[in-house]
Amino acid sequence: MSNVTDVPTIKMTINGREITVPKSYTVLEAAREADIDIPHLCYHPDLSHEGNCRVCVVEVQGAKSLVASCVYPVSDGMVVRTNTPAVRETRKTVVELMLANHPEDCLFCVKNQHCELQQIAADLGIREVRFHGEKRDNPMDTSNPSIVREPNKCILCTRCVRVCSERQSLDIYSSTNRGFDSIVQPAFGQGLDEVACSYCGQCTTVCPTAALTEKDDTQAVWDAIADPDKHVVVQTAPAVRIALGEEFGLKSGGIFTGQMVAALRRMGFDKVFDTDFAADLTIMEEGYELLGRIKNGGTLPLMTSCSPGWINFIQTNYPDMLPHLSTAKSPQQMFGATVKTYYAERAGVDPSKIVSVSVMPCTAKKWEASMPKFNDSGYRDVDIVVTTRELARMIKSMGIDFTDLPEEDFDAPMGISTGAAQIFGATGGVMEAALRTAYEVYTGKTLEKVDFCDVRGLQGIKEASVDLGGGVILKVAVAHTLRNARKLLEKMRAGEADYHFIEVMACPGGCLGGGGQPYPIDDKVRQARMDAIYNADENMKFRKSHENPAIKELYDTWMGKPNGERAHHLLHTHYKAMEGRLK
Amino acid sequence: MEMLARAHVLVCGGTGCSSSGSKVIIPELQKKLKDRGMEHEVKVVETGCHGLCEMGPLVIVYPEGTFYVRVQPEDVDEIVETHLVKGRVVERLLYKEPKTRETVPNYDEIAFYKKQQRYALANCGHINPESLEEYIGADGYAGLAKAISMTPEQVIDEIKASGLRGRGGGGFPTGMKWQFTRAAVGDKKYVICNADEGDPGAFMDRSVLEGDPHRIVEGMAICGYAVGADEGYIYCRAEYPLAIKRLKGAIAQAEENGLLGQGILGSNFNFTLHIKEGAGAFVCGEETALIASIEGRRGMPRPRPPFPANSGLWGKPSNINNVETFANVPAIMRDGAAHFASLGTETSKGTKVFALTGKINNTGLAEVPMGITMREIIYDIGGGIPDGKKFKAVQIGGPSGGCLPEQLLDLAIDYESLTKAGAMMGSGGLVVMDETTCMVDIARYFLNFTQDESCGKCTPCREGTKRMLEILNNITSGNGKEGDIEKLETLAKSIKAGSLCALGQTAPNPVLSTLNFFRDEYEAHIKEHKCPAGACTALLAYTITDKCRGCGLCKKVCPVDAISGEIKGMHVIDQSKCIKCGACQEKCPFKAIDRG
Repeated sequence: MSNVTDVPTIKMTINGREITVPKSYTVLEAAREADIDIPHLCYHPDLSHEGNCRVCVVEVQGAKSLVASCVYPVSDGMVVRTNTPAVRETRKTVVELMLANHPEDCLFCVKNQHCELQQIAADLGIREVRFHGEKRDNPMDTSNPSIVREPNKCILCTRCVRVCSERQSLDIYSSTNRGFDSIVQPAFGQGLDEVACSYCGQCTTVCPTAALTEKDDTQAVWDAIADPDKHVVVQTAPAVRIALGEEFGLKSGGIFTGQMVAALRRMGFDKVFDTDFAADLTIMEEGYELLGRIKNGGTLPLMTSCSPGWINFIQTNYPDMLPHLSTAKSPQQMFGATVKTYYAERAGVDPSKIVSVSVMPCTAKKWEASMPKFNDSGYRDVDIVVTTRELARMIKSMGIDFTDLPEEDFDAPMGISTGAAQIFGATGGVMEAALRTAYEVYTGKTLEKVDFCDVRGLQGIKEASVDLGGGVILKVAVAHTLRNARKLLEKMRAGEADYHFIEVMACPGGCLGGGGQPYPIDDKVRQARMDAIYNADENMKFRKSHENPAIKELYDTWMGKPNGERAHHLLHTHYKAMEGRLK
Repeated sequence: MEMLARAHVLVCGGTGCSSSGSKVIIPELQKKLKDRGMEHEVKVVETGCHGLCEMGPLVIVYPEGTFYVRVQPEDVDEIVETHLVKGRVVERLLYKEPKTRETVPNYDEIAFYKKQQRYALANCGHINPESLEEYIGADGYAGLAKAISMTPEQVIDEIKASGLRGRGGGGFPTGMKWQFTRAAVGDKKYVICNADEGDPGAFMDRSVLEGDPHRIVEGMAICGYAVGADEGYIYCRAEYPLAIKRLKGAIAQAEENGLLGQGILGSNFNFTLHIKEGAGAFVCGEETALIASIEGRRGMPRPRPPFPANSGLWGKPSNINNVETFANVPAIMRDGAAHFASLGTETSKGTKVFALTGKINNTGLAEVPMGITMREIIYDIGGGIPDGKKFKAVQIGGPSGGCLPEQLLDLAIDYESLTKAGAMMGSGGLVVMDETTCMVDIARYFLNFTQDESCGKCTPCREGTKRMLEILNNITSGNGKEGDIEKLETLAKSIKAGSLCALGQTAPNPVLSTLNFFRDEYEAHIKEHKCPAGACTALLAYTITDKCRGCGLCKKVCPVDAISGEIKGMHVIDQSKCIKCGACQEKCPFKAIDRG
């Protein structure tokens, strides 16, 4: 029953039970109020509804044929039956028809046990496929370091089409050809590297089957660990620890930092470090860059550069806006450059023997690490990137009982971090962390209230202003998803944006909703992960990046000043337009 | 001023007659008349379609109404010399009734036309479609003038009172549809004409568009006035270039003469019309796919509601009707609803245009009152089955329709009776089949069409029609298996119930209706590997009977050396080699080779 009282409602009957629901509901939404989760595939709560898979069909009294409950609006007096023989038979036939045109490789498919088609087939009790014949046969797309397309596993639900269009405004995918020859693909059947794909991987988080998945790099990690000559270090991004538990059947919103560290150590990594360390480092570099630009009349607004999907997007679509980007590398890349220099020196390890692995909530990070320019340490700064999902598979393959692991701590020094780094995983987090440091650095005063609630939450674009004293009001904006990023860029182009600093994350919710995170995803899950992130922040000893003792030591003993010469060489980068991609 | 002519020679310029050569006849006639100095006394008029396309090119000479068929350029001389100069009919060019073989000199007496009642097609073949004056001369735009003198609500009431229903297939009451759009809230509304006629063998809409384009312009303008729209689109398939040309011409003439544009006929009603050419996807005949296509998007249907009446073109309230529906509107307004409502049956008023094709003598277009029997259409109007063959079934409603067998020939045709019989009115395609037609093969043919035209959006239609087609291909190629019929039925049920749009919801109909009436043919294919109609080549076998005298002619003529035997001895066909060309059977002087 809806608890919102001022919403107009209607009365209807579902399976003989009368319910009252908001007038704006679809039958599928209404059925949930009657405790019936109608099976569905093309429906996704984040997206517009297409009604094309026809799995969610139900009987509506008076309708000529069955209707797709995900798109059918409720009306007063409507009588719905969700479990008649016709409904059951049609649903079963529809799913069988999908299976009849689908590879029969469930046992060794990467989505085994995570596949919604498999789940529905199991739920509906399908024990045989009665129909056989031609199957679609289209080549795989392995053109890029981030995302693998296997069109033969596509059920044409178009969730990827919608997420890419509605959330990211990129429209990389569309339905092409007709009828049985239909295929969802980028323009002219090009590989994702030829089109303006940002590699954000949102499509992989909504794909119900294995038609879109992250590129699997787990074997490379195992090979490195098994090589006695290699010193294998791992960094874990802030958004991984608050989502990893979901892969082991735990409710979203739990924090599993200690278990994750323990698991990584048992997997055989020589050092278990934290991207959070590098996040603090990023705040130092980016914060000083911001203050420098304000002071010296540099290009403003300054825009963050942590999210590689965003970097890919702006380099491809708004090359004229590149001067706005912070030259600070992302935490992953700062970590990579530091681990093969500073850490190698301190630990007395030959940097050529170090394999630097990162665990990221992100598919675009794979692309970022692969960029030729990122070898400022003299070696590949980051050698292998695996996503949260891949890490979970690796842990499972070892037979580790994740939920029962004792909690362990990261290794020093690059495992030491602050709450400011922890919140990098949420949209607005980088901004908040930067404000905590910028305020204190600029004013020389202690920030009493460290929580900047205006930049928190799932709202698409957030704005805030902070009084730095002396007549300086810092105006900031935060955007997540590339559609919202585009809105801000267009505003800037039109000269309607007087911000000093803008944070952009490519994925909805920020990294916690990244393209490499566990399925399934919706705003409820995002909110739970976000709550976990801010909880983790509150529980940290240090909550401002510049207070991180390991960071202080790094600057004091080795790096020099933020934005200084060594920092400039190791921690900063430059951007180039990505030309020639189909937009 | 133009001199009044003593005779008019109407030459059909419809697509059918143009293809068979009427385009050459007109200049030929004009030249000949000029040579004879008669160019002022005899007027040559290129008209729209007369419907009897089978017999084209058609030439009709008025005032007598003499109906000449299959006229070739070399016949022009004789028509001018004998008929126009000497006043004698050219007997050899007259139409012969297929049943009686008797020649019929006059238009009105031809059986094909006698039972027809031309309402939507009233002007087709009788006026020059490119002339606004001729259309007005036939009381054109009187309906629009009358409509504008009434309130929009009164116009809608008039359409409602006429009982007109959608001629595109669904049969939805037109007046009610208009009222929905009128009642819908919106600052902008559209009228759309669905001219994406796509059923195989159907050309009713094309004939109206080519033969009487002003009628559609007028019908749409009346609709625009009634629903409160000031803009309209005609979505016409690009494969109808002549229709598009004539529509463009009609729109331009109407604009020039204050019949379209601002302040129509001195009123404050504004209405403009655009033509959008379709790219040939069958599914674009579905209204939501059609709208998507006009908007420049991929022509794919979307779930309804919302219906176009509330959210149509560019999200605005839009009224979509089919060509034939609009074609009925001007006369309903002009002559009143009562006249229209006096035609037809209780639930289906007026007339319906059918396209007769297949195994029938008079292929062509026929407009008949609702309630007529199939027997009257096929035998009286269509002239029966050619070559003395036996009638087997008629497919009505195109690929979405169904087959009616002989026992339903006396069914009075209206929307309800056809649906009840497992077929549908559809847009009005009629494909007649005789005893040599295999019903499994026919179902396969239509399913092949819908499968090919499925847009691919929803699972049942995209995947299901493919599996059904594969099963039908197996059956007709001799690879049918026990259980295939049941599989077809299961698939058909789920596709009908589960598909997103009418294309999928009706695609299994040809299979279901043939299974209903001709199940034994399916069973014969599957169980006995025989095609009772002898149409499925893969199931045919040529065998030599004991009538064989051993002449060896068959062996000689066989292109693949499949026949062996000694002279004067019995010959045998090796079935594994035989390609079923039938050459042996044709050659055998003793009729010793069986096909079956």
